Amino acid sequence: MSKILKVQQLSKTYRSGDHDLKVLNNVSFEVDKGESFAIVGPSGSGKTTLLGLCAGLDTTNEGEIWLCGQNLFDLDEDGRAQLRNQNVGFVFQDFQLLPTLTALENVIVPLELRGIKNASAQGMELLAKVGLQNRVGHYPSQLSGGEQQRVALARAFANKPSILFADEPTGNLDDDTGTKIEELLFEINNEQGTALVIVTHDLELAQKTDKSIRLRSGKIEETVG
Amino acid sequence: MGKENGAGFSWLLKMAWRDGKASYGKLLLFVFSITLGVAAVVSVHSFSGLLKENIASQSKALLGADYVIESDKPINSKVKGIIDSLGGADAREINFLSMAAFPGNGQTKFVEVRGVDGGFPFYGEIETEPSSAVEGYKKGLALVDATTMIQFNLNVGDSIKLGAITLPIAGALKTVPGSTSVFGAIAPPVLVPYQYIDSTGLVQTGSRIDYKYYFQADDSEDMAVLSEKVEPILDAEDADLDTHLSEARRMGRRYENFGKFLNLVGFIALLLGCVGIASGMRIYVQMKLRSIAVLKCLGASKRQSYLIFFVQIACMGIVGGLLGTGLSYFLQQLFPILLGDLLPVDVAIGLSFQSVLLGLSLGLAMSTLFALYPLMKTLYVSPLQALRVVDETKSRSKMATTAVGLGIILFIFCFSYWLLGDLVRSLSFVGGLLAVFLILTAVAQFFIAMLKKYFPNSWGFIARQSLKNLFRPQNQTLVLVLSIGIGTFLISTLYFTKDMLLEKAAIEDSANSANMILMDIQSQQVEAVSTTIENSGLSIIDKIPIVTMRVENLNGEQVEAIRKDTTSQVSRWILNHEFRVTYRDRLIESERLIEGNWIGKVNSDTEIPISVSNDFAERAKVTIGDPVSFNVQGRIMDTRVQSIREVDWSRLQPNFSVVFPTGILENAPQFGVMTTRTKDDSGSAKLQQQLVREFPNISILDLKRILSLLEDILGKIGWVINFMAFFSIFVGVAVLMGAIYSSKHQRVKQGALLRTLGAKGIQILKMIAIEYAVLGFLGAFMGVLLAVLGSTLLAFMLFDTTFTLSWVPFVIILPAITFLVFALGVGNSLGIVRNSPLSVLKKEKE
Repeated sequence: MSKILKVQQLSKTYRSGDHDLKVLNNVSFEVDKGESFAIVGPSGSGKTTLLGLCAGLDTTNEGEIWLCGQNLFDLDEDGRAQLRNQNVGFVFQDFQLLPTLTALENVIVPLELRGIKNASAQGMELLAKVGLQNRVGHYPSQLSGGEQQRVALARAFANKPSILFADEPTGNLDDDTGTKIEELLFEINNEQGTALVIVTHDLELAQKTDKSIRLRSGKIEETVG
Repeated sequence: MGKENGAGFSWLLKMAWRDGKASYGKLLLFVFSITLGVAAVVSVHSFSGLLKENIASQSKALLGADYVIESDKPINSKVKGIIDSLGGADAREINFLSMAAFPGNGQTKFVEVRGVDGGFPFYGEIETEPSSAVEGYKKGLALVDATTMIQFNLNVGDSIKLGAITLPIAGALKTVPGSTSVFGAIAPPVLVPYQYIDSTGLVQTGSRIDYKYYFQADDSEDMAVLSEKVEPILDAEDADLDTHLSEARRMGRRYENFGKFLNLVGFIALLLGCVGIASGMRIYVQMKLRSIAVLKCLGASKRQSYLIFFVQIACMGIVGGLLGTGLSYFLQQLFPILLGDLLPVDVAIGLSFQSVLLGLSLGLAMSTLFALYPLMKTLYVSPLQALRVVDETKSRSKMATTAVGLGIILFIFCFSYWLLGDLVRSLSFVGGLLAVFLILTAVAQFFIAMLKKYFPNSWGFIARQSLKNLFRPQNQTLVLVLSIGIGTFLISTLYFTKDMLLEKAAIEDSANSANMILMDIQSQQVEAVSTTIENSGLSIIDKIPIVTMRVENLNGEQVEAIRKDTTSQVSRWILNHEFRVTYRDRLIESERLIEGNWIGKVNSDTEIPISVSNDFAERAKVTIGDPVSFNVQGRIMDTRVQSIREVDWSRLQPNFSVVFPTGILENAPQFGVMTTRTKDDSGSAKLQQQLVREFPNISILDLKRILSLLEDILGKIGWVINFMAFFSIFVGVAVLMGAIYSSKHQRVKQGALLRTLGAKGIQILKMIAIEYAVLGFLGAFMGVLLAVLGSTLLAFMLFDTTFTLSWVPFVIILPAITFLVFALGVGNSLGIVRNSPLSVLKKEKE
C-alpha cells in the first residue's frame, strides 16, 4: 500500500513569553491510501498542532511531512494551498462554514477553486447525499449544528480528496447527531477511498479507525494498529 | 494566476458578490460615506465648470457688446482715431457714482448713473418692469434699479433727481448688461439717456467718471487679434479694450477661487469618508479573518483571498462614485438658491460626461487606496486560524505599508494640484491636512496612553468600564476622534473666518470712528458742507483733501518709455492710473511705517519727500530715495520716496497709495472728502437728504449700509461654505455610524456578557453613553482648538489681522457635536439592552 501521509521526526516549538515550548517532539507515523487514522490525546497534547502541520496549515523546521508524495516544507503557502485544494478535505469541530455563503455555495467553493464548470450540480448531489437537498439556499445561521456539520462534510468531499482531516468532527454535536455524522463520515470515506485522519478525544470514535496514535505532551505515547 | 488553482477572475467576482450581499448592511455604510464625499466634490466641481461655461456662452450678453473701449477720462484724439478706424462706436456710455434724490418722498440713495445712447445693448437685453418701460427710457425717461424702487416705495411716473435734472421714472430696471448685482447692492444702477448727463452737472473735477464706447463686431472678427493690435496703443493713452472674451475670463476668475476653495472643502469631506472606509475595513477584515483562513484551508491562494475583498471595495467605490455623481446633480440645484443674485448668470444645471468620470474615478481610487492598508491583513492570515485562535505574529511588510501611505499622500497632492493648479497651495493644503491628521492622531494616542497610565481606579464600576472601552482591542477611539475632529475643525474654522472678516469690517463702526463718508466735495463747497454737518449737531471727524495726478517719470525713466520697454516689471496700473493723492502731516490708524522715515511738512517743492504704500512700491519697483515725478493736472512735480507704509485697505475709510507732506499741494486744484458719524438711521437719512438737496454733486457713502450689505454677501457665501462644511459633518456622521456599527458586535457581546453576570440595562447604557460622550467631546474639542490655531494662522498670514476669538464654536458647535456623537452612539446601542442576553449572544454568534 502506498503512503498518502508520511510524518518523519516532526517537532514543533512555540515561543511563549521568554521561553520555548515544545508542543511536538519527534513524532513519526504513516497513513496509507484509504486508511482511517486517529490522533487521540488529552487537551494540550499537541493533536491540533499535528493536524495543522500535516495539512500544511502551519510549518516547522524540524522534521518532514510528505503529503500525497510532496514534501510540504518544500512548498510555499500558495503551493500548499493548491495541494490542499487538489488533495485534501477538512472537517472542523466548529464546522467553519463561511457564514456569508449558503449551504450550496459553501459546498462548491473547493470545486470552483479548481475551475470546475458544473460545480452547482455536483454540489446539489453532495448535499443530497448528506440529506440536505432541501436546505441548499440556507445560510449557516439558519441551519442546526448537525446540519452545518453535514454541509461541512459535503464540502470536505466535494473535490474527491485523497485525504480528509477531521478535527473533533463530533465535538460540538449531541450524541445522536454525532453518531450520524460519524456514520456518514466513514460511509463517504469507504465509498471514495479517501484516507481519513481524525483528531478526537472520543475513544469510541478512535476505535473505529484502522490505526491510531495517542499523544501526550507532544510525544507519541502509544500506537495502535 | 501563477501557482494558483483553476479559479479565474469570475470566481473572485462571484465570491465578492456572495460575501457582499450577506454583509450589505455594513458595506452600505461604506458606500454611503463614499457617496456623500463624491457628491460634495463632483457637485462643486461640476457647478464651477458650468458657471464658467455659462459665463463664456453668455459673455456677449454680459457685456452687451462684442467689445468696449473705456477710459476714466475723456478720450483724446489718438483714442478717437482708433475708435474711428474701428468704424466708430455703435454706442456710448458715461457712468459715475452719485447721489440720487427722490423728490416724491424726499429720500436719497447712492447710485451708479449710466447714461447710454445708441442701440446698447447689442446682446442680452434690458429687463424692466413693466416691460414697456424700455420704450419710455428710449424716449428720455429714467430706469431705476428694481430693488431700489421697492425699498423706496417708488412707482412708475415718480421722479428721480440726479444733480441738476429731474427725470420721470419709466419703470424698474431688473437687469442690464454691464451691471453686476454684487456691486449693484452698494450702488444700484440708474439708466438715463446719454444726452442728459451733461445737464446733471455732475461731471466735475475729481468725479470718478468712466467713458465707454461699445462696438458690435462681425462674427468673423477675431477678438484676440484685435486685442493684440489695439490694446498697446490704447494702453499708452490711458484707455482699455475689453472684449466679451476677456470680460468672461475676468468674471470667471472671480468665481474660480471661491470654487477652488469649495472644491477643497468637498475634497476634505471625501477624505473623511475614506478615513471611515479605512477604519470600517479594518473592523470588517477583522471579522472576516476566520472566513479567510477557511478559504485558505480550502485551497484559495493569498492573492485570491485578498482580491475577493479588494473587488468588493472596488465595487463599493464604483457604486458610491455613481451614486455620489447622481446626488451631485441634485446638490447643484441648491447652489443657485444659496448664492442667489451673487451669480452673474443663470446656470443651466447638468451632468457632463467629465463629471460622471470624475465621480467614478474618485470613488474607485479613493476607496481602494484607503482600503489597501487594512486589506493587507488578509495576506497574513494563517489558514491555521480555521483550527484555533492563532496569535498573529506576522506583521505587514514595512515597505508595503510605506508604499501605501506614500501612495495616499501622492494621490491627495495630485488631486489637490489638479483642483488648485498651484504647487505651493497644493503643498500647503496637503501639509495642513497632514498636520491636522497627525495632531488629532497624536492627541488620541496621547489621551489613550495617559488614560492607561493614570487610570482612575478609584472611580465607580460604570465609569471605569466605559473608560476602559476607549482602549480595548480594536477600539474606535482613533478613527472617531479623527472624523469628529476634522468635521468640527472645518465647521469651526469656517465660522471663525467669517466672523473674523465681519469683525474686521465692523470694528470701524464702533467708538468714534466715522460711519459716513462724503466724497467729491469741491474746494469751494468745503465750508458750506462743514456748516451743514455741524448744524445737524454732528461733528466732522476728518477733512481729507484730494488731488488727482498721474505718474510721469519713475526712477528717471519716462512712463512712455517704460510702457514700450517689454522687459519692464512695472505694473500697468502704476503707469495708467489716475492717483487720488492726499497730503497730511501724520500717519493715520490704518497705516504703519515699514521703511524710511515720515516727513509731514516741507516748505520747498524740490524733491518732495512722499510716502507710498508698500503695494505701490512693489508695483512701481521703487524703494526709499527713488525719484518719482507726477503730472499734477499739467504741472510736473518731482518727488522722492521718503517712506513706505503698510496700508490696511480693508478698513472702510479713505486710504491712499501716495501721501504728500503738507506745504505743497494746498493750492493745487483739489476736491475733498469729509467723514462724520451719524447717531442713528433717521439722522443719517435726514442729513443725506439735506446734503443732496444743497450739494447734488456730492456722493455719500453710508458705511452702516455697506456693512450690512457686506454682511449679507458674506452671509450668502457663508451659507454655501457652511453647507459644504455641514456636508463634511454629515459624512463624519456616516463614518461615525459606520464605526459604531462596525464595532457594535464587540459592545453587543460585552453588554450581553455583563448582563448575564448581573449588570442592569441602564448600567450598560450609562457605560456606552459615557464612552461616546468622552469620544465626542475629545474629538470636537480638539477640532475647535485646531480651528483656533488654523484661524490664527489665517488671520496672520492671509488676512493680515489679529485673530479675535469667538465663543460660538465653544458654546454651540462643541456641545452640539458632542451631543450628536452621544445620541448616535447610545441610539445605536439600544438593542443591546432591549433584548435578552441569550438572544443577543445567539444573534451575535450568527
